[in-house]
Amino acid sequence: MPAVSKGDGMRGLAVFISDIRNCKSKEAEIKRINKELANIRSKFKGDKALDGYSKKKYVCKLLFIFLLGHDIDFGHMEAVNLLSSNKYTEKQIGYLFISVLVNSNSELIRLINNAIKNDLASRNPTFMCLALHCIANVGSREMGEAFAADIPRILVAGDSMDSVKQSAALCLLRLYKASPDLVPMGEWTARVVHLLNDQHMGVVTAAVSLITCLCKKNPDDFKTCVSLAVSRLSRIVSSASTDLQDYTYYFVPAPWLSVKLLRLLQCYPPPEDAAVKGRLVECLETVLNKAQEPPKSKKVQHSNAKNAILFETISLIIHYDSEPNLLVRACNQLGQFLQHRETNLRYLALESMCTLASSEFSHEAVKTHIETVINALKTERDVSVRQRAADLLYAMCDRSNAKQIVSEMLRYLETADYAIREEIVLKVAILAEKYAVDYSWYVDTILNLIRIAGDYVSEEVWYRVLQIVTNRDDVQGYAAKTVFEALQAPACHENMVKVGGYILGEFGNLIAGDPRSSPPVQFSLLHSKFHLCSVATRALLLSTYIKFINLFPETKATIQGVLRAGAQLRNADVELQQRAVEYLTLSSVASTDVLATVLEEMPPFPERESSILAKLKRKKGPGAGSALDDGRRDPSSNDINGGVEPTPSTVSTPSPSADLLGLRAAPPPAAAPAPAGTGNLLVDVFSDGPAAQPSLGPTPEEAFLSELEPPAPESPMALLADPAPVADPGPEDIGPPVPEADELLNKFVCKNNGVLFENQLLQIGVKSEFRQNLGRMYLFYGNKTSVQFQNFSPTVVHPGDLQTQLAVHTKRVAAQVDGGAQVQQVLNIECLRDFLTPPLLSVRFRYGGAPQSLTLKLPVTINKFFQPTEMAAQDFFQRWKQLSQPLQEAQKIFKANHPMDAEVTKAKLLGFGSALLDNVDPNPENFVGAGIIQTKALQVGCLLRLEPNAQAQMYRLTLRTSKEPVSRHLCELLAQQF
Amino acid sequence: MIKAILIFNNHGKPRLSKFYQPYSEDTQQQIIRETFHLVSKRDENVCNFLEGGLLIGGSDNKLIYRHYATLYFVFCVDSSESELGILDLIQVFVETLDKCFENVCELDLIFHVDKVHNILAEMVMGGMVLETNMNEIVTQIDAQNKLEKSEQITYTGLFCIGQDFSRAGLAGAPARAVSAVKNMNLPEIPRNINIGDISIKVPNLPSFK
Repeated sequence: MPAVSKGDGMRGLAVFISDIRNCKSKEAEIKRINKELANIRSKFKGDKALDGYSKKKYVCKLLFIFLLGHDIDFGHMEAVNLLSSNKYTEKQIGYLFISVLVNSNSELIRLINNAIKNDLASRNPTFMCLALHCIANVGSREMGEAFAADIPRILVAGDSMDSVKQSAALCLLRLYKASPDLVPMGEWTARVVHLLNDQHMGVVTAAVSLITCLCKKNPDDFKTCVSLAVSRLSRIVSSASTDLQDYTYYFVPAPWLSVKLLRLLQCYPPPEDAAVKGRLVECLETVLNKAQEPPKSKKVQHSNAKNAILFETISLIIHYDSEPNLLVRACNQLGQFLQHRETNLRYLALESMCTLASSEFSHEAVKTHIETVINALKTERDVSVRQRAADLLYAMCDRSNAKQIVSEMLRYLETADYAIREEIVLKVAILAEKYAVDYSWYVDTILNLIRIAGDYVSEEVWYRVLQIVTNRDDVQGYAAKTVFEALQAPACHENMVKVGGYILGEFGNLIAGDPRSSPPVQFSLLHSKFHLCSVATRALLLSTYIKFINLFPETKATIQGVLRAGAQLRNADVELQQRAVEYLTLSSVASTDVLATVLEEMPPFPERESSILAKLKRKKGPGAGSALDDGRRDPSSNDINGGVEPTPSTVSTPSPSADLLGLRAAPPPAAAPAPAGTGNLLVDVFSDGPAAQPSLGPTPEEAFLSELEPPAPESPMALLADPAPVADPGPEDIGPPVPEADELLNKFVCKNNGVLFENQLLQIGVKSEFRQNLGRMYLFYGNKTSVQFQNFSPTVVHPGDLQTQLAVHTKRVAAQVDGGAQVQQVLNIECLRDFLTPPLLSVRFRYGGAPQSLTLKLPVTINKFFQPTEMAAQDFFQRWKQLSQPLQEAQKIFKANHPMDAEVTKAKLLGFGSALLDNVDPNPENFVGAGIIQTKALQVGCLLRLEPNAQAQMYRLTLRTSKEPVSRHLCELLAQQF
Repeated sequence: MIKAILIFNNHGKPRLSKFYQPYSEDTQQQIIRETFHLVSKRDENVCNFLEGGLLIGGSDNKLIYRHYATLYFVFCVDSSESELGILDLIQVFVETLDKCFENVCELDLIFHVDKVHNILAEMVMGGMVLETNMNEIVTQIDAQNKLEKSEQITYTGLFCIGQDFSRAGLAGAPARAVSAVKNMNLPEIPRNINIGDISIKVPNLPSFK
């Protein structure tokens, strides 16, 4: 008999659903839904008491409406009332509504908690399970506070039913995950461990999940679980396929439990007790042996279950990393899977091998599969699998196979999926640098990268090649020759022009002896690309030209002619114009000696972590750079590639506390020695020029030429100081921001992700991250209609003089957005100096022939560039006092707009960007924070203090920063958040 | 842990969504849409795992999915879950639905949202796997149904004879409504496809007897 008979359905519900499905348009559907909502609302409000059946029917309708994506803003109270019903049906539907629809409305939570409390105390196992499910599904902190102490009792009580124990274990796990501080450890922990011996496999499964989570924080409290887990595992592994009855899944005994037990064991080192260890190794061997046995069933479920255990076993072997024999067997097993006909297995084998590659025992064994993996990269139909293959090649790369792997990856890049090109580019760049024996190979590889996938070569990559060429004089001549040749291609990527321009400007003299690359030839080759390039590249080329005047005096007249041309001197772009004017004057005023000093070859860059590696890590999360981090495998590499090895100790972040007080407020003693020698002279030559910026670089001439410097990882966009998108409309031809723009902006002051805007047609989502003075923002434009948007063009506009304060690069998006589709736009943001108004985002498109336009404020506010700073109370007060000028302080007293919850406030302040300092303010109710706003030009130290007054429902917010408009602006931004 | 369980059909219409982490209603809908876009463009016979979309945690999370005729079953999980294990779990879920609904089809999921939620609740709780033994799950659901039946009888006796009469008298009505819907021109299903295509029952799946 089926457990749900079909005749059971609710007629009203069926009719409603079929009505909806018959709706011809979105509008008709919305109309029908509103009608139904009104009907349900009136039923709920009506005098007549509803019976359980009707309540259930209406709640089901609400669930259906919710699933279609409509907000449900009523019915919560009715659902809560259902909880206290004695009827199972009503109770159940009430709990269902709450677990799907409840938001953390504190008023309701209290009522719900009451109902739950009664059900937990009811001793009716069905009701108890419902209550436990509800706690686990909502999992809010309030619930944790109410029940965290009760649940362990239920879990270990001798008279609890199995199903209750199961639910209690997972419920406790959920509460622990949500708020670990609320779950007290106690004598129950020992009894939880003994649940591993329980008769009921379901209870054991739930208990293993719980212990796996708890033991990560308190390994010692739970360490007896290791021997229990081993013996349980061994009983399962050695049992016949029928011993476990219902828990046998397609002839595999208890696969889920086995996987969970193997995961639990991965929380601990190998067992010390020889007997336990022996038993475990036996288990692992049994699993490996079983993999070779013929399958008991041809069904895919059988092999899935069996292999789930096998892969987990291999993970455990890799985790122990101490049994060479097992590691090699694991590797061979994975090798078999690499050629298995199941795509899933090939995927997982590639993934597991990645971790295996970092073990010294199995690295060599993994390398033997290189041909198969390369083949997978070339022939797999599924991009997910190809991506794993690329990961594995990266992980197995060492000096012996670097050339092969890099060339295969380059070849793959020509046809690679767009989604993973950037990542492959980063990996190739890293491997080429890491394993370069001679740097000419490295230079060739990077230039190939630019040639094949120029669009995906990020700034980090080509900055890095410049850093390396600058630092290694053995490769400079070769680099100059190669870029010169590469530039001769009729169409070469703009990134190639940038690298070429920079390298020839520095080292063009090394190849000038050859008549085929004489100075005039070099110049005319570069200049032939000039007109096709973006503003940023043209700016770079202008710097190359002035360097040419120094390197090759014979080109001076030609170059001066170019600089003098109206196209340069009166260029609409301020950066180009300024460079042209300054370089022209410099070349005519300064003597050869001065020119030689000013335009000297760039000094070597300080050693620092490869910014490419940092980028890959950001992209892939921690662990992605393991092939490089993992120095033990290839110690010799440090000697040869030492100059460019990642050296964490030299990461050039300034010590935060030293800079907190914004170095520009008062002349700091050491950082900015008075410009001396040539520096002075230069400042005189250009006394009205804006270029001299003391205290930025270590020497005056570096400061002067700071725009030529390939930027440090902190400011990789310095070369592109003024990258306004060429096709930007001026501020005058976009409409004013929508009325709610300010409100929308305020929502994003303390958070980085969310929905920025939504109307009937369009939804705009934002995801962004900021580091130092840089940011990257993803905008997601979703077409909510079923009609294609045409001429879709989102642009970013800088009103007023924002352009000099904030640089925003946008990538173009497709001009058509299909109905129901979403397009993504990436914005790279650099904060040049402090700013007060956010940029505007103007979105224009045609919908059904009618032009639509929309202007919003882009959620970029100055606080995004905060770097939190920790400091002790004493330091804090000292700095606080130093910032005592009246204008440096901004204060606001205002009424609370939201409930005054300390946790929420904390979260908001952290989201705002400052560090929260404990034990600074004598009044523990108050919040104190500190941070530095990072901009390219300067840093602004900020201190803040927020004093809530719960009686009056008021706050006092005080900000002190080293720059007075910033104090006021931050104060205004933050005050709106509470 | 399991972050979310989503079921939607070939056209992206959600049929079940269960989130084990708090997301706003808007975000939930976006996640469903994004997941549908990621999953639906994949060929058959490629692997069942892919990196999660941006909204639901990016590359730290995986989407593990199975496609049964008209429906996609998608589990979004973090790295602490075994991929193949989750694949098995999806199979257990579908087989359990099949047992409970007897030849389950998409319409069963639409008209019995509450039941589907109840079945799911017996398997997954707060994002963790509660029970994988199909017989145990079906026993629990059976027990719930008995309870429900017994309570409905009390209703008849106590208050709403009239209504119950109409229910009893039209015992066939809901079933008729269902078949009526099956014959209707469903906007999201091409019109010339007949009823058989709505069923998610797949004969070539070895799991179904």
